[in-house]
Amino acid sequence: MLDRNFYRQLYRIRRVEEELVRLYPTDQITSPIHLSIGQEAVSVGVCEALRPSDVVFGTYRSHAYYLAKGGDLRGMIAELYGKATGVAQGKAGSMHLADPDHGVMGASAVVASTIPQAVGYALAMKMRREDRVVVVFFGDGATEEGVFYESLNFAALRSLPILFICENNSYAIHSPLSSRQASPDICRKAEAMGLLAERLETLDIYELYARTCRRVTELRAGRTAPVLIECLCYRWKEHVGPGEDFAAGYRSAGECRAWQQADVLVTVGSRLNAAVRQEIEQSVEEEIREAFAFAQCSPFPAGNELYTDLYA
Amino acid sequence: MRELTFMQATLEGLAEEMARDPAIFVLGEGIGKRGGNFNTTAGLYELYGERRLRDTPIAERGFVGLACGAAMTGSRPVVDFMFSDFLLDAFAELVNQIAKMQYMSSGRLKMPILLRGCIGIGHSAATHHSGSYYPLYGHVPGLRVVVPSTPADAKGLLKRALNSFDPVVFLEHRELLTTKGKVPDGEHQVEFGRASIVREGKDVTVVAIAITVRHSLAACEELAQEGLSVEVIDPRTVAPLDVETILASVRKTGRLLIADETLAPFGLGAEIAAQVADLGFDDLDAPIRRLNGSHVPTPYSPPLEAAVIPNSKSIAQAIRELAAE
Ligand SMILES: Cc1ncc(C[n+]2csc(CCOP(=O)(O)OP(=O)(O)O)c2C)c(N)n1
Ligand SMILES: [Mg+2]
Repeated sequence: MLDRNFYRQLYRIRRVEEELVRLYPTDQITSPIHLSIGQEAVSVGVCEALRPSDVVFGTYRSHAYYLAKGGDLRGMIAELYGKATGVAQGKAGSMHLADPDHGVMGASAVVASTIPQAVGYALAMKMRREDRVVVVFFGDGATEEGVFYESLNFAALRSLPILFICENNSYAIHSPLSSRQASPDICRKAEAMGLLAERLETLDIYELYARTCRRVTELRAGRTAPVLIECLCYRWKEHVGPGEDFAAGYRSAGECRAWQQADVLVTVGSRLNAAVRQEIEQSVEEEIREAFAFAQCSPFPAGNELYTDLYA
Repeated sequence: MRELTFMQATLEGLAEEMARDPAIFVLGEGIGKRGGNFNTTAGLYELYGERRLRDTPIAERGFVGLACGAAMTGSRPVVDFMFSDFLLDAFAELVNQIAKMQYMSSGRLKMPILLRGCIGIGHSAATHHSGSYYPLYGHVPGLRVVVPSTPADAKGLLKRALNSFDPVVFLEHRELLTTKGKVPDGEHQVEFGRASIVREGKDVTVVAIAITVRHSLAACEELAQEGLSVEVIDPRTVAPLDVETILASVRKTGRLLIADETLAPFGLGAEIAAQVADLGFDDLDAPIRRLNGSHVPTPYSPPLEAAVIPNSKSIAQAIRELAAE
């Protein structure tokens, strides 16, 4: 069952983003897009261990965790098309995707800005003695912002039920981690702030899932300090946009190839028999086709929508 | 004179000043080998290396505070934000420290810091990559705020900033970066606080800034055929603001419109209107009018985004209405 769920989620995210890549040149989607292709397993391994009532916070690289947590696909695609039927009626685009009804809280284009929000959410939940947990996804670059440390300190000080997931893809735009951090050991920093921290050196979705299950159970029961899991992963596409960027000179195609050869989607798929795989793929393809068609034939927001939701 | 893009012009200005003054160094994300997100430092790393092109971690508050400290030594940091939206993460360092430092040290600690980044709506990037907060910066004593509209002005003002001893917020409209214009050969600086009369006219005065200068000029062409003669003034610097040039124009036309893409409340137009009402009340034949971007966070959806900003059509219409008042 786990294999099927993983495969379905991984395949769905990959294919949605591949469709975005395919359609981007048509200019129907003008939002900058930060793709997760290659990194999907982080979102899927973590979100699979959550309950629908748990919530996630994230970044502008939003598609994978949004979908893995159960964010509405039609609403997402319509949002990217800037349509009135989008999850934010077209006001958000790709970098601000949110679907609070499904536990996907705000995304933000400002690096590290959702980390304190996630901590605040966890604090308020704890004050109400709810047994939900909060997960916040962020990149390696976000761990350079002061607010990252402020947030970790606060979470540890109050023993909040929050799981910090650092998607360490080694780069912030074109800058490698080693050029940005004197001591690039993110787990050690989290430990120094009073968190429990662990690193996953390979993108092993089963291992990530197992660890998340264990941590989330403990967090829910209030038995543990907050936790940070650092997941080493790799972005296959350019930082922003649908293309590749190996010509930019900051990394090599060979470096990427090693990760592509260990594609989690393929690994998980190979554990299923062909018939099951095909059944999953067909239903996902159908869903994606339907979502894009829905987005394409939806209307743009009317001019009088401009001021709606500005104030409560 | 040569044709340069806005981006090429500022790069040329920065390169000239870095060659002249070894105290200048650049701080920012991806401004080293990468040459800046918008080519703001392209080629400079090859000339000056890591020593003067300092790639930073993603830590805005940290590196703006750091620029403040470095400036105390007489160094001249240029802080490059790619998008000036990220300057907000360092707002306190700018407003409470850098802007006040000279005053609070009885002028002994100078703050020759240039902080630059893109502003502006029009590329579907939604609300975190399109802010133009110059009224906010203009509000703060101690800051110079520059918002150029042409390649020549961009170069001249950037060079001026690097020869001054004040902190300068230098805001570059993203939709202008690839626009072209004539740039003088040789040394070229533009004084702060000197508005440019971009087009002369006698019926209506339009004060426009950054992208709205272009839109206003387009509107003027249209209106000229209708027999309306419009004067367009580009203040170029929000602080200091050249009210004299605006007043002189209003003395001639009796009518004033301020066309500005950014938000109206407490904004550039409000300030200009207040000063003109104070000092030029008798010259006015009609109420002062403003045309601004809508007072909302920038929406993503292309039709909504387009509806938010003034364009040549809406500016032309506002001028027509004002002329008829
Ligand atoms: C406060 C702030 N500073 C700078 C930027 C520009 N920026 C956008 S993404 C990015 C890199 C972030 O890298 P990382 O956190 O590792 O995430 P990744 O993009 O690799 O997923 C930067 C510097 C920003 N969006 N916000
Ligand atoms: Mg990264």
